[in-house]
Amino acid sequence: MSNDSVGKRVVQWFDHRLPLVTFVNHSLVEYPAPRNLSYWWTFGSLAGIVLVLQIVTGIVLAMHYTPHVDMAFVSVERIMRDVNYGWLIRYMHANGGSAFFAVVYIHIYRGLYYGSYKDPREVLWWMGLIILILMMMNAFTGYVLPWGQMSFWAATVITNLFSAIPLVGDSIVTWLWGGYAVGNPALNRFYSLHYLLPFLLVAVVFLHLWALHTFGSNNPLGIDAKGPQDQIPFHPYYTVKDLFGLGVLMIVLLAFVFFAPNFLGHPDNYIPANPLVTPAHIVPEWYFLPFYAILRSVPDKLLGVVLMFGSLAVPFLLPWLDTSKVRSATFRPIYKQVFWFLVVDGIVLGWCGSQPPEGIALILARISTAYYFLHFLVLMPLIGMIEKPRPLPTSIAEPVLKGGDAAATAPTRGRS
Amino acid sequence: MARVGHGILGLVAVAAVGFGLATTAQAAADAAQPPAQKWSFDGIFGSFDRAATQRGLQVFLEVCGNCHGLDLVAYRNLAEIGYDEDQVKAIAAQFSVEDGPDEEGEMFTREARPSDAFVSPYRNAKEAAMINGGALPPDLSLMYKARMGGADYMYALLIGYEEDTGDHGVPEGLFYNPYFPGGATAMPPPLYGDDVEYADGTEATIEQESKDVTVFLAWAAEPNLDARKRLGTKVLLFLIVLTALLYATKRKVWRDLH
Repeated sequence: MSNDSVGKRVVQWFDHRLPLVTFVNHSLVEYPAPRNLSYWWTFGSLAGIVLVLQIVTGIVLAMHYTPHVDMAFVSVERIMRDVNYGWLIRYMHANGGSAFFAVVYIHIYRGLYYGSYKDPREVLWWMGLIILILMMMNAFTGYVLPWGQMSFWAATVITNLFSAIPLVGDSIVTWLWGGYAVGNPALNRFYSLHYLLPFLLVAVVFLHLWALHTFGSNNPLGIDAKGPQDQIPFHPYYTVKDLFGLGVLMIVLLAFVFFAPNFLGHPDNYIPANPLVTPAHIVPEWYFLPFYAILRSVPDKLLGVVLMFGSLAVPFLLPWLDTSKVRSATFRPIYKQVFWFLVVDGIVLGWCGSQPPEGIALILARISTAYYFLHFLVLMPLIGMIEKPRPLPTSIAEPVLKGGDAAATAPTRGRS
Repeated sequence: MARVGHGILGLVAVAAVGFGLATTAQAAADAAQPPAQKWSFDGIFGSFDRAATQRGLQVFLEVCGNCHGLDLVAYRNLAEIGYDEDQVKAIAAQFSVEDGPDEEGEMFTREARPSDAFVSPYRNAKEAAMINGGALPPDLSLMYKARMGGADYMYALLIGYEEDTGDHGVPEGLFYNPYFPGGATAMPPPLYGDDVEYADGTEATIEQESKDVTVFLAWAAEPNLDARKRLGTKVLLFLIVLTALLYATKRKVWRDLH
């Protein structure tokens, strides 16, 4: 052995005792991935990177923030004005939240289109949904911290939802607040939770990846890899592809941060919280608007709350509600169209959530709420039974390699 | 190439949805839409017009500051809009603040220093409300970011006062302004033209004064705007080149697969 192997032997010694190098090599370098993953598969790793970005900027913000009703608002303005590059860190954190939801929503819709929730990836899908719920709790607690008017009134409206629970509702709300109104105890616990939840998020992301790596990624054709000819190592193929995706995401995110940092926010949150003045319209951030529309679509408070939480619960059952054995919508002529109705439904719900609940917005909200549940509870079981799927290719490699020389055949359309 | 298109399209689509929702969420119902003005700080390369910002400070100090605070801005910050140390000291020295307690335990009044925040015209909110017939004049530090329409709104409000001919139902003691939500504001028309004598000789029309003080207040709310946009153009230029290189690398790495 020559002297260049000294470093190598140290690494081997360490890896024998704690196989960290083997682990990384196994899950990020050699990790076999289907060779036909499209750019829609990039959003998973993008979500992971945005989470890291949020944690890093968030920890720096926490070093300068003061969680007290009399000082929180001013301490945020001190960050904006007196902390070196504080404005950049805060604008990245605020817009990073929006980027996180945008990326994750695309990631989820990709899973819906290509049937990534089906056997054997049901638990992977569940972990993803739990991540979404944790993200929502995190976004909400974080939005309260600057203690502007929208912070205060969002906290008031959302915590008050629990008062709809029969008998114990009011006691639960008092317990959540730590008092008889949203005040300093509420702000303090929201701050504590906002610091805790991201680390729970990291833990569930780890479980999500563990489940993913147990069976490997789904792919645009939705068929299993049958051997080495169907797969390529994650590095360098998908590392470089994801890096390019990251570049594009950063361009979009930083364009907001530098040139329209308050575009996605609400002006009222630059007014200090005032319990005596209610804003004309209390609206949440854009990523909550569809759920806000569902909440307000029925005149009964309890039913609204049940529907809103139900809209998050129903997707957990999707692996069994979807009765089709075919994963990819590419080979499912009816579902392929119904999928796009669900996309439109989500956008319509979002618009309704941004409007006062009256007139056409309320009617639309009711129709699209009903359609949302219809999609999962009725259409998904039904379509699987009556639909005649198109023939599946025999392997991943076959259409990919054939697509290279022969004229494009059916499977290449799978990426549309 | 087609696949790149999909990825980018996805991002653009999400951004577009965000844009659409945000703008519809913010449409104010009961106030006139302020007409869009041209501002030097608009756009990717925009920056604050130094002379207008300084004239705006003059309007603020001589008119607005008699009733409104500017708590989040310190006199030292005026160095950022082109005043030297002595000028900042002189501006601060026009005001007095309560300090203490001194070594004998007494509170005392002294001249304001550059490190002090703009001195409030009132001792506290109670006094402010009492002097103004119950209506608290809001602090103006963040007004530019705290109102729908931002600078356009502030400008429209300042020049937009109209006589209430009776059909707007403005209560006694309030003033009609179509740009103010609800139409009735407790703020008397603050500017009429020639309210200040500009140091640089600019004619002090009501439009000029309103425009200048709006620029000053935009700076007060977003003092890092110039630095932000300068850094932003560099960062984005770098990212666009880097991303193009990453795309080329991706093409090269994947070439042997197809």
